[in-house]
Amino acid sequence: MSAHSITEPSSRQKWVAGTLVILYALITITPLIWILMTGFKTPPDSISYPPKVVFTPSLEGYVNLFTTRTRVSPEALAALPPPANFAEEIVRNRNMVIAGPSKFGERFMNSVIIGFGSTFLSIFLGTLAAYAFSRFKIPLADDLLFFILSTRMMPPIAVAIPIFLMYRNLGLSDTHLGMILLYTAVNISLAVWLLKGFIDEIPREYEEAALIDGYTRFQAFYKVVLPQAATGIASTAIFCLIFAWNEYAFAVLLTSGTAQTAPPFIPTIIGVGGLDWPAVAAGATIFLLPVMIFTILLRKHLLRGITFGAVRK
Amino acid sequence: MAEIVIKNVRKEFGDFVAVKESSFTIQDGEFFMLLGPSGCGKTTTLRMIAGLELPTSGEIFLDGEEISQRPPSQRDIAFVFQMFALYPHMNVRRNLSYPLVSQGMARRDVRAKVDEVAGILGIRDILNRPVGGLSGGDRQRVALGRAIVRDPKAFMMDEPLGALDAEFREHMAEELRALHDRMGATTVYVTHDQLEAMQMGDKIVVMNNAVVEQFGTPQDIYDMPATMFVADFIGSPSMNFLPFEGAVQAGTDSVALNGATVGVPRQMAEARGKLVFGVRPEHIRLSDEGAYRGEVLAVEYLGTTQIITLETANGALKVRAPSGQVATVGETVGLGFDAKTITLFDAASGRALRSALNDGVLAHG
Repeated sequence: MSAHSITEPSSRQKWVAGTLVILYALITITPLIWILMTGFKTPPDSISYPPKVVFTPSLEGYVNLFTTRTRVSPEALAALPPPANFAEEIVRNRNMVIAGPSKFGERFMNSVIIGFGSTFLSIFLGTLAAYAFSRFKIPLADDLLFFILSTRMMPPIAVAIPIFLMYRNLGLSDTHLGMILLYTAVNISLAVWLLKGFIDEIPREYEEAALIDGYTRFQAFYKVVLPQAATGIASTAIFCLIFAWNEYAFAVLLTSGTAQTAPPFIPTIIGVGGLDWPAVAAGATIFLLPVMIFTILLRKHLLRGITFGAVRK
Repeated sequence: MAEIVIKNVRKEFGDFVAVKESSFTIQDGEFFMLLGPSGCGKTTTLRMIAGLELPTSGEIFLDGEEISQRPPSQRDIAFVFQMFALYPHMNVRRNLSYPLVSQGMARRDVRAKVDEVAGILGIRDILNRPVGGLSGGDRQRVALGRAIVRDPKAFMMDEPLGALDAEFREHMAEELRALHDRMGATTVYVTHDQLEAMQMGDKIVVMNNAVVEQFGTPQDIYDMPATMFVADFIGSPSMNFLPFEGAVQAGTDSVALNGATVGVPRQMAEARGKLVFGVRPEHIRLSDEGAYRGEVLAVEYLGTTQIITLETANGALKVRAPSGQVATVGETVGLGFDAKTITLFDAASGRALRSALNDGVLAHG
């Protein structure tokens, strides 16, 4: 038996910990895998009972997600020239033809514009504000910071009605700008507080050295402070993006056409020609991808962001 | 190269006064020490000279030009920080180049200048290393390099050796002083270590509680302290203070200390009431003829000398004696004071009384 150590976990502890982690991973990953699988099922497979785990994959869900279709009579179908591509073929098997593209691509792009736009704006304004709070003597700084934090003390949706009325009067309803501003307003308190913590940790001497070396304060800020704050900025950006990307309630309330994001759009697929679960699942899968990629790219920063400041160096 | 004149400079942070009206002059090429305990205002004074803080009132002249309200980039002063503050996202070469790049110097000239400075400091072989992995000494050299690379008018150093190991400190102190002597640039150096100040400085300003206590050469400050604070802060062990009640007339050259008559430098002012007799440990002899007596409490052996602690009628006293001298704990011995080195203080104000010893020095303290 190996010597007992306080800091080094025993093999039994490691085994227990490993099991727990795997169990937790299974619990969280199963719904995602189910969505992924459902996206590749045919509609009958997707609602079969007992649920099918092994099935013949089909792209029908994805085809349905990206197209609108019309039902035609078997005679008319027979009269058509042979299908030009696989999508056409899948659709014809259900006695339908493709009428045109669906709005999903457009809605998805709206999500990208609004999600990344508001994240960028939150980070931009948040970094400047956090730097100011961290470095300058601001009258009533503590009260201002508390006020900024207090905007998070209720669920944002609590102010939905006033915002709805305000947006209608300002002509911001169903516009990209309106949604970007709204998500920025919600995210900025988080951004200011998180980033202030990060910037507080950067010694002032770095900027002072840059000032002495002949740079202006703004140059010192972006040449010396920003690179140091990159970790904080990245992790804050992930949090902001996840919120803006996943937000559903305001999107349902304030958008209907031009600026509608993917979350309120995906459920509307259900209504088109019966319960098309594979198309919904396909939409959800594609919708998950950008945040997943963004998070994987920045995951080192994310971990550091969560544990930041826990240990004083 | 420059002369720096500080005139009635004052700095307040809200209600807190960090530096009260202070004035002193740093001559061209001097290695000038700002010495004092932490929180005394020495670093604030340094930062005001560099432009990192703007004085609330008063003037700072650099080469005759008033600069107190200018941003640091327009002062041409270099600053070495205690924690070095090397740009962590750049390697050594880019750290050294940074001050030159801001001046818009051509890339080729920057390279040549950086190589030259790296040669002076002996850091050529680490030019392409990231600063993160450097040893304390190398970081210190890079920080110095970043300061000297653009030939500034003056150097400000904020406890630059404070972050180094004790053994390496001594070596770096010598290196620093040698570098200064070679370049002859005006240097202002902040430290709380009186030994470092004495060892390296041409001149010392001693600060305490936001006030300049004394300003002069290390010898003057050591031998002729202007206040009890300075006398106590400088020297190890510090000056002995023997409080006594008495009166001093102008022209007198002795005082009565617990009935014994003890010689002092000829006094030039009158004083009476609570006074303090100040004597450095090395200016006391153990001698049987001494009228003033004390009991030996402890003996610390230090190699060439020993520190003997005695109890006297006026309080505890430390004597630095040659280690050959025999002193037995519990024995009562006579003490002799070296009359011309004594400083008398007024106990209430803590200021030295004017005498033949310190007359010239107190004038500009």
